[in-house]
Amino acid sequence: MRDTPGKPTPVTGATLEEKCKNAKAQLDKHFVETVQWHFNPETGTPFWLEKAKSFDFNPLTDVKSYADINKFPIFEDDWLRGGPIRKWVPKAYADRGVYVFETGGTTGLPKTRIVIDDFKIDYEMMSDTLPDKAFPKGSNWLMLGPSGPRRLRLAIEHLAQYRGGICFCVDLDPRYVVKCLKERKIAEAQSYKDHCIDQALTVLAGGHDIKCMFTTPKLLAGFDEQIRAGKLEDKYRALGKPIPAGGLRSIKSAGITGIFSGGTEFTPQFTREAYEEMLDDGDVYMTPTYGNTLMGLACSKPIGPDDGFKISYYAPQPRAVIEVVNPDNFEEIVGYGETGRVMLTTLTKEFFVPRFPERDEGEREKPFDKYPWDGVSGVRPFAALAGGTVVGVY
Amino acid sequence: MIQIPALRFGKPYTSLEKATLIHHVTGEPVAEVSQVTGSQIARDLGQMERAHKELRAIPIRDILEIYRKAADYFVTATLPCGDAELTFDDYVRNLSATTGSPMVFCRRNALKVHYVLENIEVVLGGLTRGLDLTALDTGYATGGGRTQAFYPTTDVFGAVLPSNSPGVHSLWVPTIALKMPLLLKPGREEPWTPMRVLQAFIKAGLPAKFLGFLPTDHAGAADILRLCGRSMAFGDDKTMAPYKHDHRVEIHGTGYSKFIFGDDQADNYEQYLDTIVEGIAGNGGRACVNASGVWTPRNGKAIAEALAKRLSGAKPRPWDHPDCEIAGFARPEVAEAIDGMVTKALETPGAVDVTEQVRGTPRLVKEGRIAYLLPTIVRCDTPDHPLANKEFLFPYASVVECPQADVLKRIGYTLAATVLSEDERFLADAMACPNIERLNLGALPTNRLTWDQPHEGNLFTHLYRQRALNIAPTSHATAGPAARPVAAGRDVAAV
Repeated sequence: MRDTPGKPTPVTGATLEEKCKNAKAQLDKHFVETVQWHFNPETGTPFWLEKAKSFDFNPLTDVKSYADINKFPIFEDDWLRGGPIRKWVPKAYADRGVYVFETGGTTGLPKTRIVIDDFKIDYEMMSDTLPDKAFPKGSNWLMLGPSGPRRLRLAIEHLAQYRGGICFCVDLDPRYVVKCLKERKIAEAQSYKDHCIDQALTVLAGGHDIKCMFTTPKLLAGFDEQIRAGKLEDKYRALGKPIPAGGLRSIKSAGITGIFSGGTEFTPQFTREAYEEMLDDGDVYMTPTYGNTLMGLACSKPIGPDDGFKISYYAPQPRAVIEVVNPDNFEEIVGYGETGRVMLTTLTKEFFVPRFPERDEGEREKPFDKYPWDGVSGVRPFAALAGGTVVGVY
Repeated sequence: MIQIPALRFGKPYTSLEKATLIHHVTGEPVAEVSQVTGSQIARDLGQMERAHKELRAIPIRDILEIYRKAADYFVTATLPCGDAELTFDDYVRNLSATTGSPMVFCRRNALKVHYVLENIEVVLGGLTRGLDLTALDTGYATGGGRTQAFYPTTDVFGAVLPSNSPGVHSLWVPTIALKMPLLLKPGREEPWTPMRVLQAFIKAGLPAKFLGFLPTDHAGAADILRLCGRSMAFGDDKTMAPYKHDHRVEIHGTGYSKFIFGDDQADNYEQYLDTIVEGIAGNGGRACVNASGVWTPRNGKAIAEALAKRLSGAKPRPWDHPDCEIAGFARPEVAEAIDGMVTKALETPGAVDVTEQVRGTPRLVKEGRIAYLLPTIVRCDTPDHPLANKEFLFPYASVVECPQADVLKRIGYTLAATVLSEDERFLADAMACPNIERLNLGALPTNRLTWDQPHEGNLFTHLYRQRALNIAPTSHATAGPAARPVAAGRDVAAV
């Protein structure tokens, strides 16, 4: 499949230092262009054109580099709750087909984000980071994750298509799971999870040459549990198909070679457990991701035992930026290795979100060759906010 | 700092996620406990069918010998605990350090665990109502001309344990003797007793593959209760609510234990005061069998004042003081929250904190990092007051007036009830009262337990079901032990 227009040019450079310098220049240029686009009366976004009236600076003349991001107010997620949704569609895209993706919404209004092509570009960029050996081009995918109004289902389907495959999907509503857990209906939540995994096993047993899958950490564990319990073999028996020699009691033996996982918190311990106990000591490749509907998705450094299963994420710069900031002063970026709150910025022609404080914290990571800009590791719920939220339920 | 790994049925496992236990007085770290996930637990449980089969093959006499040795090792040996080796005194000191329960309580409760280990045959005799223990080898026993046969209801028994009182560990100790692999999820602050019992078993010769020590979070605990065919769990009413109708889970929840005066003894209350004080405040007043209510047809005011006078002298003492009467809260915010709940409920008219009046000082005491809640007796005008039937994690009891004719209908669920009466009809009503789990007749504290009787369930009947067993006469000549019912002279009648 051909690239969707809008994919940024990869950063080049002979040394890491040079790459970092070039990445910064690319970000500066991209940031200024994005601001010009969203605040131009001809092409701009109604929300930002209206919001700019309250600014004490002119985005069209006073923004010269990414350093000027701090001139913008902290993005409030309540701005994304409620309509009209059209206020977020740039005027230049008024005649384009628009998707709306939601996040949150178990109680009250969800946050909404408009999308035209961003999810395709994000996942094509992500695709370029996947090893072909684990995610063979042309092989089919299984999507066992949140569907409905979320971006993931369409994004994974596009990822599969971009890589020449076809994606089988399972329907999963995480809001229902959150509701069950809040009402302490533990058995009902478990039953729903089993129901979703059962559908995935049915797809696997169907003989569709599925080698790649997306799933969340919790569902991966549940999927592994069911396979180890012989549920995939049961499916084969029910279909009258012979069980291959060696059985079907592991994800590897089920034919999966690569797993792209994300959607909820990823801990080093879970990653280790997955690597050692679910994926045959890394024989099945897994890559964690960090992202959300607002930002896109950040890729991880390859994980493994060599660095204690540490997970470091890097945003798809220049389309999105991750900063680790002092939770009491968002303008202060913490030192490398220090802990801070995760601050996201989204910079695409479809969607401009400057300085959005995520509900997560982590440690600031240094740039490296593949991603010559800052990253974040050890991402977990922000301590000052943790406790009031049900996380990682699906 | 001691590093305590999980024990995954024979394999120590050091996790990347660890819970740090701190000394409740100094705040210094004492231990790091490796945490496992629910999915790891699920994976381990996949091995239990085979482990159960292997454990069943060990003769009960050998297992009882292991118990005898383990009992001795538990109190006398230096046993491994992660990367440390702990004497019994070290164990008691660490237990007290991380739970806040005074050393004197910890030692006393640990000896209850020792009692069950040492007297396992007596305990099993009580749980099985005198069954010949060879039935655990053969699956049946004959006696008195009858055959009794049993089959196991699960391949593993899971126990989701608390941190508040080490005495509760006595309840799961018989599991191995019942030939059932054992999975323990220790309370966050109390890995010490489960680990020490397991290490005593291992030193006594029990293969570690039958034993799981799997510290985990709430989600992991829920997975244990979901995946083990039989389990026990400790928790408050809210935590245990999802399992209320799950017969696979034996719930050990809030006790609401009580003393109940009959009409005939209400005027003689003074002679029972020592018993009642022990029932309310013994062992720091934290157990589910500690009384949280005294129900009487009259003299409520006088009883409340008399109890308040007895209890108001209790003072916070250092955790290693031999005369400790109350336990500190390692997390002071918990004590503050409980104090706030009592104070808020007292705003509802019809109740008064009599101890605070007698003592003249508040119930909440803060000292350094820790907090204490002093014994509290609340006099309630009616059983309908919000404080009349409450239980808290400190020596607390309401004194409630209620006519004898109504009391057994009004008390609600009561784990341990001591009925103070000599009225035969009232005692008969108490005997038939379905609200009472453990019944004491006469001047016995509610927290006086006998380990050969059921406590919120019977471990034997939880792990085994009785079944009908008939064996054709022709088979006994070659079938070996399985043919014994016939050999014993019981013809199998067609029914």
